Amino acid sequence: MLKRNLFAAIAVGSMLTVGGHAIAADKKVIAVSIPAADHGWTSGVVYHAQAAAKEINAAFPGVEVIVKTSPSAAAQVSALEDLTASRKIDALVILPYSSEELTTPVKTVKESGAFITVVDRGLNDPTIQDLYVAGDNIAVGKTTAKFLVDKLGGKGDLVVLRGIPTVIDDERIKGFQDGIKGSGLKILDIQYAHWNSDEAFKLMQDYLAKYPHIDAVWANDDDMLLGVLEAVKQAKRTDIKFALGGNGMKDIVKKVIDGDKMTPIETPYPPAMIKTAIWMTAAHLIGNAPARGTVKLDAPLITKANANEYYFPNSPF
Amino acid sequence: MTLLADLSPVRRIREFNLTWSDVGPFLALVALLVIGFAINPEFLSTTNLANVITRSAFTAIIGVGATFVISSGGLDLSVGSMAAFITGVMIMFMNRLAPDLVGWAIPAGMAMAVLVGLFCGLGNGLIVTVGRIEPFIATLGTMGIFRALITYLSDGGSIPIDRSLRDLYRPVYFGTVAGMPIPILISLVVAAAGAFLLYKTKYGRECSAVGANEDVARYSGISVVRTRTVAYVIQGVCVAIAAICYVPRLGAATPTTGLLWELQVITAVVIGGTALRGGKGHIWGTIAGAVILELIANLMVISDLVSEYLVAAVQGTIIIIAMLIQRFSK
Repeated sequence: MLKRNLFAAIAVGSMLTVGGHAIAADKKVIAVSIPAADHGWTSGVVYHAQAAAKEINAAFPGVEVIVKTSPSAAAQVSALEDLTASRKIDALVILPYSSEELTTPVKTVKESGAFITVVDRGLNDPTIQDLYVAGDNIAVGKTTAKFLVDKLGGKGDLVVLRGIPTVIDDERIKGFQDGIKGSGLKILDIQYAHWNSDEAFKLMQDYLAKYPHIDAVWANDDDMLLGVLEAVKQAKRTDIKFALGGNGMKDIVKKVIDGDKMTPIETPYPPAMIKTAIWMTAAHLIGNAPARGTVKLDAPLITKANANEYYFPNSPF
Repeated sequence: MTLLADLSPVRRIREFNLTWSDVGPFLALVALLVIGFAINPEFLSTTNLANVITRSAFTAIIGVGATFVISSGGLDLSVGSMAAFITGVMIMFMNRLAPDLVGWAIPAGMAMAVLVGLFCGLGNGLIVTVGRIEPFIATLGTMGIFRALITYLSDGGSIPIDRSLRDLYRPVYFGTVAGMPIPILISLVVAAAGAFLLYKTKYGRECSAVGANEDVARYSGISVVRTRTVAYVIQGVCVAIAAICYVPRLGAATPTTGLLWELQVITAVVIGGTALRGGKGHIWGTIAGAVILELIANLMVISDLVSEYLVAAVQGTIIIIAMLIQRFSK
């Protein structure tokens, strides 16, 4: 009996909160659907999405930004249904878990009249999106390669650590290979370390044992770079001139700011792109600023000169 | 009691009569070293071997605990996430104490790690024994719980160790005593303690008896619940010791720390000669199994034989061949 009363109380309580939202429905609602934080990069996405929501909600009383994280593609589909079932949303900003599973659900949201902003990973049907914001994975590899070609004087021996077999990984590697093409830089070895610090540490130890001379290391992600640096430090090898990463992790950007010799540069694939997407969507909704189209963020070289622009000390990534 | 007392002289005679499952893993280890040397002499360099055996310390230390759990007829899938969780709690605890205690924060953190490991293991044990839930499901559940807790504690990012402690703690992974890397020494000590407990004490015999035949063990007056629960507690403490060695390596806990370690550990135990269905445990075999796994991975990189896309397939094949040789040599 007591139990049933408790359930009833909870049910009434949750209805009240739903009602509360309904009253505020004259506000423009921007729903943000992103993956839950399960590794460094996604934790950065969550941080920047929440920061954008807080800033916009404080600055514009007429807008409400709601951030919803989902731990899997299936959960993200359910989250979209929940977000649209109880209210009308004016815009959806989504970083899809996977292109295949999310395409149809996002299309349904679009048909309800919402403005659709897709971030990072495209949907299978690009006609659904009104705005597409992404980084440039090919440039992440290419920018780093150009830097090495330049600094090593066009020749040298490299080892490369790649991530998990995915399009992102392939694009970065392709960009890098294109970047060193025609120069005397040679890739001695390339292996998967699954974007994992521990695996990268082991792989780098093995590279160091295998090759008596290495001029530079490129790990195509900063998590892996952390493991690489630890292995190099342990081996006390002096032949390695550069150990570079990519993504824009705060620890690595800090190294650039501090003028680290081995890691003097960084290339961004910033999780903060979610913030760009949310602000542009808000600008479209309340400022009538034209926002339809594709925005491709560059992966420029981060050096000591511009590193502060990419440094977020409070972000978990 | 009398039954167990009667058993021990028999066991003593059998110790001289080495079976394949006793020596098999070590023969496999030697074979692997020879093959490795033939492919690339660099494989047997002191630096390379020291690196590889040091890395295998985590699997070896956790494997000692897993040998107890598996020999008592249980299974623990949560060890990888538990290692990540313990690492996270330990680092946060040390960072909190660092301003006041400075270097003493490290032993305090280690004590905390062992305590957390003990309780995690106790939790697993009680769910399996008192709760009577299949070990596979029970520890699959706690595996998810520990993984979620470390993700929550780190906000999905990483929990780095305080800078003031980093250099003080670093030698625990990178340091050596008389030329021997410290993690190797720790795993040898853990293995020796485990071997003593499993082969020379009453509890060890009870553990194998429960795993070999639960009903017979119960009729002999052995408390199955107590024996199995203690095995999980030993496992928890071993995971904590592994975490203590792990922290100084990269100095951070992340949601991907210890990912898939459970499979590495179970494979090491089985390669080592302990049957998954329970019964006699082989502590030193487990250590050999852990080293074999890391050696195979190392060999894949050191040699240029295999395309980067096929590494996992070759590793899988080598493990299966090793197990087949064991099976048919009996």
